Formats: sequence, C-alpha cells, structure tokens
Amino acid sequence: MADRNSDQATSILAEPVRFPSEEEFPRRYRLLRRNMILIMVAVTILPLVMMAVINHYEYQQALRREIITPMRSLVSKTQHSFELFLTERLSAVSFIASAYSFEELSDQKTLNRIFHVMKDKFGGFVDLGLIDSFGVQKSYVGPYSLEGKTYMDHDWFREVTVRGEHISEVFMGYRKFPHFVIAIRTENQIGENWILRATIDTEKFNSLIASMGLDSSSDAFIVNHSGVFQTSSRFYGKVLERFPMPMPPINYETDVVETMDPQGHPILLAYKYFLSPSFVLMLAKPRSEVLKSWYTLKSEILIIFIVSVLLIFLVVFKITDILVKRIEISDRERLVTYHEIEHTNKLASVGRLAAGVAHEINNPMAIINEKAGLLQDLIETMPTFERKEKFLKLTESINACVDRCSTITHRLLGFARRMDVEIETIDLNEVVQEVYGFLEKEAFHRNIEVRLNLDKELPEISSDHGQLQQVFLNILNNAFSAVEDGGSIAITSRRQDPELVSVSIEDNGIGMSEETMSRIFDPFFTGRKGYGTGLGLSITYGIIKKLGGHIEVNSREGKGTTFTVFLPKSAKQEAEA
Amino acid sequence: MYPVKILLVDDEIPFVKTLTKRLSRRELNIITAFSGQEALAQLKKDPDIEIIVLDIKMPGMNGLRTLEEIKRDYPLVEVIILTGHSTVDSAIRGMRLGAFDYLVKPCDIDQLISRMQEATEKKRRLDEKWPD
Repeated sequence: MADRNSDQATSILAEPVRFPSEEEFPRRYRLLRRNMILIMVAVTILPLVMMAVINHYEYQQALRREIITPMRSLVSKTQHSFELFLTERLSAVSFIASAYSFEELSDQKTLNRIFHVMKDKFGGFVDLGLIDSFGVQKSYVGPYSLEGKTYMDHDWFREVTVRGEHISEVFMGYRKFPHFVIAIRTENQIGENWILRATIDTEKFNSLIASMGLDSSSDAFIVNHSGVFQTSSRFYGKVLERFPMPMPPINYETDVVETMDPQGHPILLAYKYFLSPSFVLMLAKPRSEVLKSWYTLKSEILIIFIVSVLLIFLVVFKITDILVKRIEISDRERLVTYHEIEHTNKLASVGRLAAGVAHEINNPMAIINEKAGLLQDLIETMPTFERKEKFLKLTESINACVDRCSTITHRLLGFARRMDVEIETIDLNEVVQEVYGFLEKEAFHRNIEVRLNLDKELPEISSDHGQLQQVFLNILNNAFSAVEDGGSIAITSRRQDPELVSVSIEDNGIGMSEETMSRIFDPFFTGRKGYGTGLGLSITYGIIKKLGGHIEVNSREGKGTTFTVFLPKSAKQEAEA
Repeated sequence: MYPVKILLVDDEIPFVKTLTKRLSRRELNIITAFSGQEALAQLKKDPDIEIIVLDIKMPGMNGLRTLEEIKRDYPLVEVIILTGHSTVDSAIRGMRLGAFDYLVKPCDIDQLISRMQEATEKKRRLDEKWPD
C-alpha cells in the first residue's frame, strides 16, 4: 500500500509540465467549439421555440373565437327568423280557428274563401281542413279529397288534442314538394272543440337560408332531432334523406363543434335546436376555409421562426468560430513564449557550462604556454644547439595552438556573458564574425564557401548582442542545412540609410516554395521533416521585432534563399516598450 | 633602476614554477606563494616586494580578498591580476580594489613583463613623492 502510494507520488512528480501536443490541439478546440455552439444554440433557440409554440396556440385560440362568434350569431339570427316565421304562420292559423265558429268553418264555401285569403296574404299554404274533436275531417280545401277521413289514431292528432297546437316535421306531399303541417285546437264557451289544420310548403325555409348569404364552401340546412333533412343541403343530402353525420348533443343555445364530414374533411358545425318543432338549424363550414387566415399567419410565423433559427445558427457558428480561433491563437502564442523561455533557459545553462569549461581549460593552457615558453627560452640561450631552428618551430606551433585554444575559450566566455538581455553598443560585423566562428569548422568540413562582404564603414548600433547572435546563428544554421556540400553562402552587411543597417545571408541551396515561404515564421512550422522544433525562425522573428527591426525573405525553389535582417541604429525604445 | 622584487601568487604549482624560471632568466627577482595567506605572510616578512602577480580563483582565501587586504596594509604595492577565470564582473571588482591591470591566462610573457615594468615605474614614481 505504502509502495503504491509512493509510486504514485513519484509518477506525479515525474510528470513534466504538460503542454498539449500539436495533434491534441484541433480535438480540444473542436470539443470547445461544439460545447459552445450547443450551449449558445440551446439558450437562444429554446426560448424562441417556446415563444413560437405559445404564440401559435394563442393565435389559434383568438382566431377561432373570432371566426366562431360570427358563425354563432348568424345561426342564432337565422334560427330566430325561422321561429318568427313559424310563429307567424301559427298565429295566422290560430286566428282563423278562433275568429270563426265551428259551423262557419264546416261550411266548405267559407273555408274555401278563408283559404284563398290566407294563400294570398301569407303565401305557402297548400291546403286547409277542419277536423272535429273525434278526429274526423269535417271540411277541406286543397288538392286532395280528404273529407270524412278519421285522424283519431294519428300521433299529431293526439298531440294537438293535448297541447292545443302542433307543427309537424317536413314530409313529401302534394306534387312532390316538401311540406309541413300546422294544426290548432280551438274550444268555444260551451266546451266544443275542433282542430284547424293547414299544410304549408317549405319554400320559405329555403329563402330564409338563402338570406344567410353564405359563401360557396359553406352549407346551412335544417334537420329534425332524429337526423332527417328538413331542407336540402348543398353538400350532405336532399330533403328527407338522412343527415350523414352523428347528431351533435342537444343544446338550445347556439353551439359550435368541430367534426369530420363524410368525405373526411374537418368542418366547423354551428347548430341550434328549436324548442318546437323538433328542428335543428345547422351551419357547416370547412375548417380549412374558416381558418385560412390562420394558416397564412401560421406559415408566416413558421417562416419567421425558420429564418431566425438559421440566423441564430449562422451568428452562433460565426462567433464561436472567431472566439475559438482567438483562443487557439493566444494558446499558440503562449506556447511559443513558453518554448522561447525554455530555449533561453537552455542556452543560459549551456552558457554557464561553457563558461565553466573555459575557465577550467584556461589554467592548464597557461601552464602549457609557460612550459613552451620556458623551452623556447632555454633553446634560445643555447648557442651551440644544432637543431635550434627545428625546436623553435615546434614551440612556436605549441604557442599557436595555445592561442587558438584561448580564442575558443574567450568566445565561449563571451557567449556565456551575453545570455542576459541588455542593450549595448555593438559592431554588427563583429557579431556576424563571432557567429560564423561557431560554424567555421562545419563550413570547412562540408567544403562550403562562405563569403563575408562586410561593410567596413558600418556604424555601430545599440542592440542586444546575445539576441542578435542567436538570430544570426538561427539563420546561418538554416542556410547551412539548405545548401549541399560544396555550396556557397554569402553574408553581406550594408548601411541602408543613416538609421538602418542590414545583414543579408544568401545561400544557393534548395530554396522554398511560395507556400512554404508564407509559413516559415509560423511557430511549429518546419521544413525539415522529422527534426527541428519549428521554433527557430519564429523566435528569430520575435527577437528582430523586439529589437525594432524587420526581416525579409526571398526564395526560389532550387535556386536558393536570401534572408535580410534590418536593424535600426538604436533598438533602445523598441526594446523597452 | 635597482632590481625589482616580484611576488607571484597562484595555486597552480607547475604554472608558478615554470613562470618563475622564465622570469628569473630575464633577470627579475621572483619569490612565490601558493595561496592568499602565504602571500600575505611573505609580504609581511619581506617589505621590499614591489609588484604582486595575483590569481583570482584560489582555494581558501581568494584573489580578490587577498587584494583587498594587500591594498589595506600595503597601499603602495602594485598588483597585477592574472587569471583564467575572466569575467567582466571580477575584472571590474579587481580594478575597483586598486589592481594595476587585469590579464587573462594564457598570457604572453612579453606582455606580462611590460605590464610589470609599467607597474614598477608607477610605484617608483609614487615612492619618490612619499618617501616613507
């Protein structure tokens, strides 16, 4: 247990500061982008959807009310007209029944006269008959010969005997016209009673329905309580046929129900039951027709909804894209800075190491120097020594080697000293030569011709020695890896104007394509597959910017590359900023 | 010009011995010390020492501290620093403490001798101004 713990601790400690590798970057940003889009879309689209749904529902309700109300009032009004009409006819018959005595009405002639007056004044009367209290037809005016007929067993007779009046349902009568019957029972002072019965055609019903002024898709009609058409319907059947839909629930107030017609189209059905007779006035409108304006509105709402959703998506995608890219860039910049620091640290420790080595070597070098010097002294003071010349040559070459070593150690010490960022007055030519010194051996081994065209009149500039060393080392290293063995590199320093100097490093190596050239200063871009951090030139670029200069690159594939570094005479301000 | 007495201070014994031989052959009067303490002891014993050639990096008392003590006790003695551990910092500190010059190993013997002569001239000039 303890072991495992300590193992874990070690592994945690051993874990270096982890920066995401390049491969991990896109995945991380894809996830980030996805989450951001999801959240943003959720918080924007959800309320929109809710609003759309609520609006949809509310509008539907409002519109329905607005459409249903006129239907309802139309049905009420028309039903009222019907009742008025029926009451009027009922009163007319009732008046005749009361105004004349049984004897008068029994007289065929009188009845005939009354019938004709009624027909003239009211219209629609088809026949008129008097029936005594035993249900026997006493007199009759009309197209049938019904005198003497007994109605004792008929339902309507029993009803009129009890209730005093009766309005029948519609039936097919004379000349195949639909008719209905009004019957009134009258009683005189001495208790005799009789029944006056009139038949009226339904022409007037049709004109009442026509007065509703319906459009072509609507239909109004009367059915009786048991569902038989009392007037012809435009769509659902002729008079006396069966109403093809289930009867709506009995309601003596006007009501509107939604239902399906036999063709399966949804309709709105407004209806009102009559108290008497057993009629129901119905008004049917196809729902699609009724809610046409609603559908128009609905499609408008839908279009607005879709457009805004698309817009939101577009904006969300765009914003997220920009945001994630910004984050990515700043992450990359941070990474570059991190690498830069790491790189500087590495160089600093190399510098310290170099300084240590140089110091340690200096002491034995001094001894060698003195020993060789002593040898030289001894030889010189021996006048008879035969091989004097030979030995002096040997000691001289030892001295030359010591000199060479001390040059190297001094350079190493200089390298170490210049790790700290500091602005000083420097001779750019000297810096270039120092850097070239590091690579001189490589040039020699690979037989690369390096030409130094240094402007002797080049003014001293104030800049950072160590940083510039690194800049030229990076560029020269690139040039060395670009040229073949036996290639050539030219380093030229030049005074551009009183305030600007330049150093260009030209090689005749492999060169770069336009595409490569546009990316060489990007961090992590490397033309050397497999090795190189891809940071060299980006750091170079950063340093030059920091020192207030700029860098230009010219390259042609297969021909070679020229890097030109421009530096201001004084880098102070830029470096401090 | 009577012969000048020079004290050579360095912990690298072969270096001191070889350099002593070479300088002696050039008729310079050389005495040696292999540490800072030893140098101070020699100086105490022999007040005729006029020039000191001093290394900086030595075990025990280092060159700069030795220089400080020498200049405190014998301000007229001229000190030339000769070291392998050259840093700008140590050079500046050395010069501030009153060293005559700062040389880096390995050093050409003629250069060293000419510096010694300059130092001697300087010392003798000062001696004439303040005899004792």
